[in-house]
Formats: sequence, C-alpha cells, structure tokens
Amino acid sequence: MQFQFSSFADFLMMDGHGIYVWISYAVTFAALTALALYPWITRRRIQRELQRQQRIVQRRRKVTKERMAVVESA
Amino acid sequence: MSSVDIHPLVSGARAVPDFATFLRIEMLLALRRRADIANPLLFFVSVLALLPLGLGPEPELLANVAPGMIWVMALLATLLSQESLLRSDFENGTLEQLTLLPQPLYFAVLAKSLVHWIATGLPLALLSPLLAVMLNLPGEGYLCLFVSLLMGTASLSLIGAIGAALTVAVRRPGLLLALIVMPLYVPVLIFGTGAVQAAIDGYAYSAQLAILAALLAAAAALAPLATAVAVRISLDN
Amino acid sequence: MAWQWFHRLGSPRWFYQKTGAWLPWLALASAVLLIVGSIWGLGFAPEDAKQGNSYRIIFVHVPAAFLALAGYYLMAVSGAIGLIWKMKLAFAVMRAAAPIGAVLTFIALFTGAIWGKPTWGAYWVWDARITSMLILLFLYIGVMALSQAVNREQVADRACALLALVGTVNIPIIYKSVDWWFTLHQPATLRLTEASSIDPSMFYPLLTVIIGFYCMYAWTLLTHTRTLLLRREIRTKWVQQVLTEGK
Repeated sequence: MQFQFSSFADFLMMDGHGIYVWISYAVTFAALTALALYPWITRRRIQRELQRQQRIVQRRRKVTKERMAVVESA
Repeated sequence: MSSVDIHPLVSGARAVPDFATFLRIEMLLALRRRADIANPLLFFVSVLALLPLGLGPEPELLANVAPGMIWVMALLATLLSQESLLRSDFENGTLEQLTLLPQPLYFAVLAKSLVHWIATGLPLALLSPLLAVMLNLPGEGYLCLFVSLLMGTASLSLIGAIGAALTVAVRRPGLLLALIVMPLYVPVLIFGTGAVQAAIDGYAYSAQLAILAALLAAAAALAPLATAVAVRISLDN
Repeated sequence: MAWQWFHRLGSPRWFYQKTGAWLPWLALASAVLLIVGSIWGLGFAPEDAKQGNSYRIIFVHVPAAFLALAGYYLMAVSGAIGLIWKMKLAFAVMRAAAPIGAVLTFIALFTGAIWGKPTWGAYWVWDARITSMLILLFLYIGVMALSQAVNREQVADRACALLALVGTVNIPIIYKSVDWWFTLHQPATLRLTEASSIDPSMFYPLLTVIIGFYCMYAWTLLTHTRTLLLRREIRTKWVQQVLTEGK
C-alpha cells in the first residue's frame, strides 16, 4: 500500500476530478457535523429554558414569602 | 343544523350495520354533496386544457406526453378530493361512533374508499377517452388508458385514505396529505403510464395491467386495515 | 427474568444513564474509523481503471446510501415496537431516526449527483437508484412533516409509527417498480456500480468507512434520542437533576 499521488498538489487535483471528490467529502462531513452538533445545541436550549422556569418559580416564592411577612407583621 | 349534516347512521338505523348498509349510507352522502364529485372532474379537465397552452399545440408533442399527463392529473385529482374523505365525519362525531361499533372499522373504511372511487376515479376513467382525443393520444391506447385508470384510481383511493385518516385531526392537511401520500402513489403511476405507453407502442400490455390488478388487490386487503388503525390513532382512543 | 432488560428499556431514565457510558467509545470509534477510512480511500486506494479518481466518492456515497435505507427500517421497527408495547423509548428512537435518515439520504443523493457529473456528464440522471433514493427522501420528509403537524405528542408518535410502517411495506414495491420503469427507459449509459466483485485494495477502505458510518449512526441516534428524552421528561426530577448538574 502506498500513496497514489506524486505530490500534494496532485492529490488535490486528482487529474481534474479533485473538485468533485473534495466537494462530496466536504458536504458529507459538514452534514455529519451538523447532525452531531444538533443535540448539543438543543440540550443547551432546554437547559436555559429550565433555568428560566426555575428562576420564575423562585421569584414567586420570594414574593409570596414577603407578602406573608407583611401580613404577619400587621 | 341542516339535515345534510346529520349522518344517516346517527339519525336512523338501529340495527348493527353490515357492509351493504355502510355502502348505501356512503352513497347517499356522496349524492348529497354533488359539488364534491364535480370538482375533481372539473380540475382534471381544466388542467389538461391548460396543457396545450403551456406546451404548444403540436399534435405529436401532445401525443407523446398524453399518457403521462392524463395519469398525473388523475392522480392529483384523486389526491385533492381525498382531504374531504373523513373530514365531515370527523367534525360531526360520526367517525368516533364508527369506532364504537361492534364490527371492525375495516368495512366502514372500505365502503368509504369504494364510494370515493365511485365518485372520483370512475368518472375520471369514463371521461379519459374524451381527454385522450383532445390530447391526440393514438387510438391503440384508449382501451388500455380506460382500464388502467379504472383499476389504478381505485388503488389510489384506498392508499390515499391512509393519509386522510392520519391527517384528519390536523387543521390544514392539504399539502401535508400530498407529501405523505405521493411517494406511496409511485408504483401505481409507473405501471399505469407504462401500460398505456406499451399499448401505444404496439406491445402487449396485459402484464402491466395484471400488476395494477395485483396492486389493487393488495391495497384493498391492507390499506383499509392501516386506515382503520390511523383513524383510531387520530381520535386518540 | 430474561425479560427484565426489556422492561427496563421502557424506562427513559435507565436508558439515559446506561447509554451515557457508551457514547465516548462510540464517538472515538467512529472518528478513528471515518478519518482512517477516508484518508485510505482518498490517498492510498488505487485509481479505478474506468472512472479514474472520481470513484473515490464511493467511500462516502455507499455508506450513506446503506444507512439511509437501513435507517428507515430501524425507524419503522422502533415505531412498531412503540405501537405494540406502548414503549415511550421506542417512539423517541423513531422520532430521532427520521431527521438523521433524511440527512443521510440527502448525503447519498448529493454525492451521487456530484459523482454523476464526471461519470455520465450530467449532475442529475433519472437512474433507478437515484430515483428510489429521492422517493426515500420524500418518505422521510413525510414522517417528519406529520410529526411537526400533529400537536399532541402521543398522537404524533403513533401516527408517525403507522406511516413509517406503511412506508416499509411500500419500499420494496417502489424499488421494484422504479427498477422496471428504468429498464423501460434505459438510455445507453454505463452503470455506476456493477455487481462485479470489487478489488480488496478498494474493498478494505470501503469496509472501514462503512463500519465507521455505522458507529457514527449509532452515536448520533443515541445523542438525538437522549436529547429528545430530556425535552419530553423535563418535568421529572431526574431530568432536572441531569440538566442542572450539567452532566
């Protein structure tokens, strides 16, 4: 088994077929990368959504506590 | 509520309905909605009348594209009318009632598909020789076109019912229904046009018609089963 | 006892925890195999006598086409499992498999079209395989569109499962009919891949990439399913724990 091309420029050109081959590989790996990144992005979005909800719940709790305190002191 | 909206099954018949009853009821309903029968036909004719305007009036050119075009338009006409197949029954609750009957939903769904074919596919097939004349289809293709449309549209009605049942609870199912059902229509279209093309070219076309018949038999046996399941899923019970 | 694992599989939490350990290994395996296989195929496999260097597209085209079809069956089978055993996890796998399969089908179509240019002189030829692939893409898109259109998650799951099953019954018929249609209209062109045996010097890199694609598919399917489960089970304690701890 040996490298089939005499130089790196030759490897890129591939006797004029290089453009087709390289575009195919580029699109394939770009699509695969997009597939791999999608869950990661979604997960972060879910995380942010959860944090937002938790903040809202905490704020409500705080407000209720303050009101209770006002009512008790009165 | 006008009397048109009341399903005969709800208003009358106490006894457990059999297939013939379903068929009679569906026919009755189809006759009440004559516009639903006329619209696909008008669509079919008007689009095919646009064709020479787009392609040019040369008889040879039109004769070349005629089998494929007539078939594609028949397919679209069937597809467009499919949307209303279960809609009114879903909205007035009849569909829910049908699922509660002691006998399988299969027969009710089969009757609906059959009537849908009688209301759209059959008139399309009957009308096809007229359009074939207008598009200059060679004379050898007429009988084959008629027979292939007769069987093919029946398969299309049966298969399309699955899509109609899956999308019945969706608010605007039109394009979604087309998207779902189109790929499933491919074999029928291929063998339908293939048969007509073979007939025009002077070859034997009985093999293609036999395959269309086989597709129809398979669709009649299996598609209503899938449609029945889809109805239950859409009703969520 | 033997069925215990099967019942456990129904639990999203168990699945999430179990598969977490597999992910790094799958990612490593797919990265190594894909990189090694691609370099092997691009630089070290010999040139094809007839097609020259353009045949090197085979090393991404064939695995993608393989998995695009296998992915549809996987989607349909998990849908069927969901329908029969009412298993939440199976539906999640089915929903995750649809976009992945669609992307793989797109890759197969795109690379096939690019490959067609130097081989046939045209990007798009209505060849039997290409046409079947296009219809497969439409089948995937149909499932995805249906899942988007139905509001209630539970109904959407079951509707998509049924549609996938109907598609599975149809796929062989569609393939046969398209094949027949192609022989009817076949122009004088050379076939892209013949049934002839492939030389070992080309076969081994191809095998490497195919296994790499399988690992990649498994990894992607797992990560997509896991994220889907997190979104669906967001109200449960374990999901909130997982998300806040950032594990």
